[in-house]
Amino acid sequence: MTVFAPPPTVPGQPSIDASRAAPESERPGFRLTVAEPLPLDSGVALAPYTIAYQTYGTLNADRSNAILICHALTGDQYVAEPHPITGKPGWWDILVGPGKVLDTERYFLICTNVLGGCMGSSGPSEINPATGTPWNLSFPVITIADMVRAQKRLIDHLGIEQLFCVIGGSMGGMQTLQWASAYPERVFAAVPIATAARHSAQNIAFHEVGRQAIMADGNWCNGRYIERGVRPARGLAVARMAAHITYLSEPALHRKFGRNLQNRAAISFGFDADFQVENYLRHQGISFVERFDANSYLYITRACDYFDLAAEHGGVLANAFRGTKTRFCSISFTSDWLYPTAENREIVHALNAAAANVSFVEVETDKGHDAFLLDEPEFHATLRGFLDGCAEHRGLNRR
Amino acid sequence: MSPDAPFLAPQKPAALREDLRLVADMIMPGSRVLDLGCGDGELLYFLVHHKNVDGRGMELSQGGVNACVRNGLSVIQGDADNDLRDYPTQAFDYIVLSQTLQATRHPHEVLRHLVRIGRHAIVSFPNFGHWRMRLRLLKEGRMPRTPVLPHHWYDTPNIHLCTILDFIDLCDEESIVVERNVTLDEQGRAYRLDPRGRLANLLAAQGLFMLAGKENSH
Repeated sequence: MTVFAPPPTVPGQPSIDASRAAPESERPGFRLTVAEPLPLDSGVALAPYTIAYQTYGTLNADRSNAILICHALTGDQYVAEPHPITGKPGWWDILVGPGKVLDTERYFLICTNVLGGCMGSSGPSEINPATGTPWNLSFPVITIADMVRAQKRLIDHLGIEQLFCVIGGSMGGMQTLQWASAYPERVFAAVPIATAARHSAQNIAFHEVGRQAIMADGNWCNGRYIERGVRPARGLAVARMAAHITYLSEPALHRKFGRNLQNRAAISFGFDADFQVENYLRHQGISFVERFDANSYLYITRACDYFDLAAEHGGVLANAFRGTKTRFCSISFTSDWLYPTAENREIVHALNAAAANVSFVEVETDKGHDAFLLDEPEFHATLRGFLDGCAEHRGLNRR
Repeated sequence: MSPDAPFLAPQKPAALREDLRLVADMIMPGSRVLDLGCGDGELLYFLVHHKNVDGRGMELSQGGVNACVRNGLSVIQGDADNDLRDYPTQAFDYIVLSQTLQATRHPHEVLRHLVRIGRHAIVSFPNFGHWRMRLRLLKEGRMPRTPVLPHHWYDTPNIHLCTILDFIDLCDEESIVVERNVTLDEQGRAYRLDPRGRLANLLAAQGLFMLAGKENSH
């Protein structure tokens, strides 16, 4: 077994004050527990299961203004409010709020914690009702389609016949594509952002590095760390550090850090974080483990790896969208090398082949994959224009 | 256009550029239209809002695409040479290729795609047989530059220029049916000239054609 580097520590960087975090039972948002089994792609039927979700805005009388936001790999349902564990602003605060592009005074926004997640939805760190102990690795392996099936149960429960829009970046974009493909009549508009219709070998490779880092941590205990009262924090932090590099771009990293040294005038001829970029990555790793579960990371990365929408449709991606009436807007970013424009364009070509109504914009930015979470005026203006156009067609009144 | 630019004001028919208005007049209300090289969406916006078409666009420039999508139009970034092969046969009632054919790498292949994907293809292009071109070349011995074709020979995107008669020859060779044709003066107004005649080829600054594949022509 590979020996890993010493635990990433950030001198002077306080870890999150656990006493500030809301206890799990008092976290904001809602939970829906469904008794009826959820048929999973693996053949297992999951029952009962819980979907934790949060909403913003108000559902209108004819229930036509609902937007489902699908979160990315390590996101959660706290889109536009301080995170209950970290206290940091919501991950899409920049887009969601009164008067913002995803306008909470106009739309009813829903975000679920994905199946397999660790913020209240059924996942490996939750208690298996059959045994009274945490699922750990006995939790069934789930897929993007399973996540979407669970979300659909919630949308049914909320009495929403058709979502005005399903939107998401990265893994959220995969869920968006899955929604549009599996339930076209339930999706008026779909916005897959910085995503792909299948995980590439490179995508799988990076995920495997992350999983191996977790499993190489002695505290992982073959997945049974909860009962042992430990956490594979080092492994999960390394996984996050490796992944975080893929979310940025070389120019963005260079612009932010260059070869600048961390609180020192000269290199130390040692293995401390001499460089700012090292310190930054260590901080990313450490703050991540405070809010994320290692086994969830295994399950959710696996779900991404298994995603291949064309494979489910005879190898022809266009077949996933035949006859669709959904209006699509695909958005990519020039410096995103994790889900590059070419992969997003493949989705667009498939939609063209299905004669679907599709817009496609590539946004010029050096911020890499993370651009979908950041202040990118061109992206936001495009999204606003698309949603306004769709709202007009859907007959949603302007405010 | 700045990101905060407001919606385009709905345009009155008269506000549309003259040559685009002639294109718009050829299109039946309520039909499915793909506008290739749609620029900032002037024609498409008009068609969607005044002719109730199910309109889509394709545009090479990112600025143009973004402006269109911001205005609620369904437009993708792409070009006629590379991005037409995915579209299914007869996906649209009309495909518009306005002032773009001469900038494609393989105009004959583009034309084949147009009449395959569209029941009708509406194509306009600058006429290199126009008297002003001929005169410039004859008198000055240099590549002509005109208001319609303002570029230098070395920086022009227009790599496959042709005359109206050349274009008609190509349509004949490709068994493409010319359903309608109009010749336009430098202001984009229609001439009453036989487009297959030598006079039109000399006087017209632009040709505007409605084409169909042999199997689709009526």
